[in-house]
Amino acid sequence: MRGYIARRAAAFVVTLLVVSLLVFVVVRVLPGDPALIIIGPDGSPEAAARLREAMGLNRPIAVQYAEWLTGALRGDLGKSLQYDVPVGRLIVSRLPVTLPLAFMAATLMVVTALPLGLFAARHHRRVGDYLAMVVSQIGIAVPGFWAGLLLILLFSVHLGWVQSGGFAGWSTGLWPGIRSLLLPAVALGLFQAAVLVRATRSSVLDVLREDYVRTARAKGVSELSALAKHTLRNALIPIVTVAGLQLGQLVAGAIILESVFALPGLGRLALGAITARDLPVVQGVTLFVASSIVFINFAVDLLYVVLDPRIRYD
Amino acid sequence: MGAAITALLLATAALSLVYTPRDPLKMSITGRLQGPSGPHPFGTDQYGRDVLSRVMRGTVTSIAVGVIAVGIGAALGMLIGILSGYAGGALDEGFMRLVDAIQGFPAILSALLFAAVFTPGIALSMVAIGIAFVPAFARLTRAGFLELREREFVVAARALGAPDRRLIARHILPNTLPPLIVQATTSFPVAILAEAGLAYLGLGTQPPNPSWGLMLREAQNFLSMNPWFAVFPGGAIALTVLGLNLLGDGLRDLLDPKAA
Repeated sequence: MRGYIARRAAAFVVTLLVVSLLVFVVVRVLPGDPALIIIGPDGSPEAAARLREAMGLNRPIAVQYAEWLTGALRGDLGKSLQYDVPVGRLIVSRLPVTLPLAFMAATLMVVTALPLGLFAARHHRRVGDYLAMVVSQIGIAVPGFWAGLLLILLFSVHLGWVQSGGFAGWSTGLWPGIRSLLLPAVALGLFQAAVLVRATRSSVLDVLREDYVRTARAKGVSELSALAKHTLRNALIPIVTVAGLQLGQLVAGAIILESVFALPGLGRLALGAITARDLPVVQGVTLFVASSIVFINFAVDLLYVVLDPRIRYD
Repeated sequence: MGAAITALLLATAALSLVYTPRDPLKMSITGRLQGPSGPHPFGTDQYGRDVLSRVMRGTVTSIAVGVIAVGIGAALGMLIGILSGYAGGALDEGFMRLVDAIQGFPAILSALLFAAVFTPGIALSMVAIGIAFVPAFARLTRAGFLELREREFVVAARALGAPDRRLIARHILPNTLPPLIVQATTSFPVAILAEAGLAYLGLGTQPPNPSWGLMLREAQNFLSMNPWFAVFPGGAIALTVLGLNLLGDGLRDLLDPKAA
C-alpha cells in the first residue's frame, strides 16, 4: 500500500510541476512580450520597458520561471495590476463563493445520481430503468448555463421567489448565502449528475450479475443489504472514477454559472482580469483551479486504496 | 433516433449556407424582441434580427468547432499515445505526467488562459476545446499500443524486419482505431456544449456572428421582455447534443461492444 501511495504522490508532484510549467509557458512565453499585452497597443515603448523591468521580464526565462514557482510554493502569486493587492489574497477572497457553490453542487450530484443509478440497475429493462435513462440523457444534453437561465426565468422572472443573481454574503447569516447559491448549485449539480447516473447504473449492473450477489440473495439476505453492502461497495471504483472526473468538470462549470448568476467567485475574477489584461491574476487563478483538479484526481487515486483491498495488499 | 436528429442537424447546417428565412445579420429597429410569429417563427433578438435564421446559421458554427476541436484533440492525443505506448519507459512516464497535467485544464480554463494573451474568438475556442480532449485520446491510444505491441502478429512482423514506422502504421494503429472512433463521436457533442459555454462567456465566437452560446449570452439581459429568445438557442443545443449522444451510443454498441 505504501508503495502505491508513494508512486501516486510522486506522480502528483510531477504533474503539479508540469501544470505550473504549462501556465507559465502560455502566459509568459507564447505571447512573446507580456509587457506589450498588459500595456496594450496605445502604450509607449518607455512604459513597456519600465513594466518589463518592474516585472522582471528582462531576466532569462528559466530564472523567471524558478522565481515564479518558488513564490507560488510560498503562496506568493504576484500582485494584481488591476487591484494592486496580492493575487493570493484576491483568490482567497473569492473562495467563500466558489467553494460552497462547488460543494453544494457536488452534494446534489451525488445524492441524486447514486439512488437514481441504483434504482435504474435494480429495475433493469423495466419502465423505471428506461425513465431514469431518458432523464439522464436529457440531463447530459442540457448545458448547465442554459438550465441556469431557465431556472432564473421560472423562479425569478415568473414566480419572483428569488433574485436573478448576486451573492448575499455570509455575514448576514447562513441562509441568505445558501439561498444565493441554491439555483446555481441546482443547475450545476443536477445536470452533472446525469453522467454519474449512467456510470452508477452500468457499474451496479455488472456487480449484480456476480455469483457472490446471487449467493447472498440465495442465503436470504434482504434486498437492501444485497444492494448496499454486497453490490454498491464493489461497484464503487468506476463510480468514484467518474465522480472524480465530474468534480473537475463541476469546478469548470462553476466558472460559467458564476457569470449566469452574477456571483463574485473565481470565474468572474478571471474573466474581469482578462478584460483588464491583469496577467498575474489570470495566471494565479488558472494555476489554482488546475492544481485543484489535479489534486481531486490524486485524491481519487488514494480513495482506491480504501475501496479495493487488492490495491492495498498489492 | 440519434441518426435522425444528426441528419436534421447536418441538413440544417447545409441549408443555412445557401438559404435562411431572413438575413441572420440584418437588424430592424422596429422589430426588436418580438415573440414567435408568422414572419419570425422563433421571434427576434434585441437588434430585431431573426432568431430562427441565427439558430440555423449557428449550426454551422457548432459543427465547425466540433469537428476541428475533436480533430485537434485526436491528432495531438494519438501522437502522444503512440509515442508513449510504443516507446514505453521514461518517455511513457513523462508523457503520462503531461497528460495528467493537461487533464487539469478543462476547455474553459484553457480558454481563460489563452484569452489572457490572445484575442478571444472561434479559433481560440477550437484550440482550447481540442486540448481538453487530448488526455482521453492519448490514454486510449497508449492502452491499445501497450496491449498490441507484444502480440504475435506484431512480434512476427518485427522479426521479419519491419521498421518501427511500418509496425506502427500498418500493424498496430489500425487495430486501435475502433475505440478512438467511438471516443471521437462521444467527444463531438461535448465540444458543441463547450463551444456554447465559451461563446456565452465571451471567449469564443464573437458578435455579430451567430453562435448558440452567444445568443444565450445576449438573451440573458432580456429574459423578462422576451423569454423565447433564450429558449430556442438553448433548445437547439440540447436537441443537437441529445441526437449526437444517442448516435454515439449506437456507434459504440456497433464498434466497441466491450465498452457498451
